[in-house]
Amino acid sequence: MLVLCAGAGVLCAIVLIDVVQQVISGASLSINTFGLGFLTNQNWAPNLNKFGAATVLYGTAVSSLIALVLAIPLGIGIAIYLALLAGPRVRAVVGPLVEMLAAIPSVILGLWGIIILAPFIAQHVEPFLHRVLGFIPIFGPAQTTGLSPFTAGVVLAIMILPIIASLSRDLFLTVPSELQDGAAALGATRWEVIRGVVIPTTFSGVAASIVLALGRALGEAIAVTQVIGDGALIHASTFLPGQSLASRIATDFANIVSPLHQSSLFYLALILLVFAVVTNLLAAYISQRFGRAITA
Amino acid sequence: MSTTAFDTEPHRDYDPTAPLVATGNLRRRQRVSSVVDTLARLSSLIAVAALVVVVYVVIDRGAGAISWSFFTTNGATTGLGGGIEAAIVGTIAIVVIATVIATPIAVLTAIYLTEFAAPGSRLGRILTLALNLMQGLPTIVVGIFVFGLVVNGSGNSGLAGSLALAIVMLPLIARTSQEVLLRVPGALREAGDALGVERWRTIMTVVLPTALGGIVTGTILAVARAAGETAPLLLCDSLFGNATSLNVGHAIPNIPITIFELASSPNPSAVTQAWGAALVLLGGILIANVAARVLLARSRRRTGA
Repeated sequence: MLVLCAGAGVLCAIVLIDVVQQVISGASLSINTFGLGFLTNQNWAPNLNKFGAATVLYGTAVSSLIALVLAIPLGIGIAIYLALLAGPRVRAVVGPLVEMLAAIPSVILGLWGIIILAPFIAQHVEPFLHRVLGFIPIFGPAQTTGLSPFTAGVVLAIMILPIIASLSRDLFLTVPSELQDGAAALGATRWEVIRGVVIPTTFSGVAASIVLALGRALGEAIAVTQVIGDGALIHASTFLPGQSLASRIATDFANIVSPLHQSSLFYLALILLVFAVVTNLLAAYISQRFGRAITA
Repeated sequence: MSTTAFDTEPHRDYDPTAPLVATGNLRRRQRVSSVVDTLARLSSLIAVAALVVVVYVVIDRGAGAISWSFFTTNGATTGLGGGIEAAIVGTIAIVVIATVIATPIAVLTAIYLTEFAAPGSRLGRILTLALNLMQGLPTIVVGIFVFGLVVNGSGNSGLAGSLALAIVMLPLIARTSQEVLLRVPGALREAGDALGVERWRTIMTVVLPTALGGIVTGTILAVARAAGETAPLLLCDSLFGNATSLNVGHAIPNIPITIFELASSPNPSAVTQAWGAALVLLGGILIANVAARVLLARSRRRTGA
């Protein structure tokens, strides 16, 4: 029994090592051809055998950043509401509903993104943001389709919101009520209790949940592929079509034109793998220093 | 102190019968606090609204496509109407095989971590880390891995899809199993030891049955997650025909890829089919989630944890 169980565990570790090995060996042709220059090269022209990751790195960074900017305040707000404001009845209903948001498959969120969200953003959100904040280059002129890194960021925000919200809520619930009551007895208002006691006590855990959410946003493929617009250039405006690491892989895999093309897609997957390992280790490190393990 | 000095001191008239109202700085602080309260309520409202909007749209648009023949005919992927029988059968087949692969490995790993590994042992720490990293793998990287391992030589197949989904499910099942096993009271194990029962028999006859409800819950949740996974299938099981088939050695149709392909079609009737397929998938997943929650609540009540 011990042998069987340990064997199963070791099998898990072997699978993980094999994933890394497989991705590296698949990417080796591209690594040998382009080296690290791959990361800064903006070209992606499969028919000319020119490959570079700069455009998709930019698209990944922009869409994930937009997702974080939207999801962090909302997620923490939800956590505050669920842990500190809502009564037990409301909490028992709203909590599972927020977690249910994470159960929606990304392909369905993407379908909704293409057909409902993108036209809405193109017609209402983009003109509004351009009018009000148009002096910032990221809010360029409104486009017709709404398929853009901006829309991808909004969809990603919906996907990572439950991660930040439910992990932060669980952390907020662990803050001893004596500390909160003590601050309140000294005359602190509810917000001062949150800012002065609850958030400082749980800060590193909340940070770890945000890092985990970032990891999820960086690696999401399907929903992003559906709404990011399949653009091949770097644009300052987030309303113009783009492409992310994962969405480039998902888009190109169906029609690979050469071994170098396939190998370059493996190279992109290797970058994603590095991002995933780094974000997960970082989250583990942050929460370990905090003394409490949290996982998505 | 003379009365005249007292009178010249500036002070507000104190009326003990007036209601207590915050003024000045305190009023500002209370306003800030109530603004934050409102924002927190608002963010919860936004999240719930997002869920309601997405689910409502899927039901509203998908209901039009649903009919008996939608479940019993094929041809949706052609965009000329027709149902998704093959995709439903295919998704069930792929997910069942993935579950059969993932569950034993996941549960055995969880048993090792909770029952055998000494706390803080090196192997235990490595395995926990491996499970965390596996859970953090982007699913498209899992797809790339299986593509490199299997598909690159022998082509798309349902089995390759199952393998990829099993890798997605494994850490989810292992984690929930680990959590429920940790909740099984240590006294039960000690009672077994005291009676001279071997550890593996205690685990098989006492610990596992106690934890079974939680393990089943975790498995259902993992199945719900895997059923909607699209990225790995895009690389491993997307080049399929249009016929209902259980031959997982070849590529077989499945719901997520069907939705993915129909979604970007310019043909409105194809998009309607996509919404219909989305409704079938989402319905199954939400029912599984609710069922898992009910089951978990029941098993918690029974173990008293």
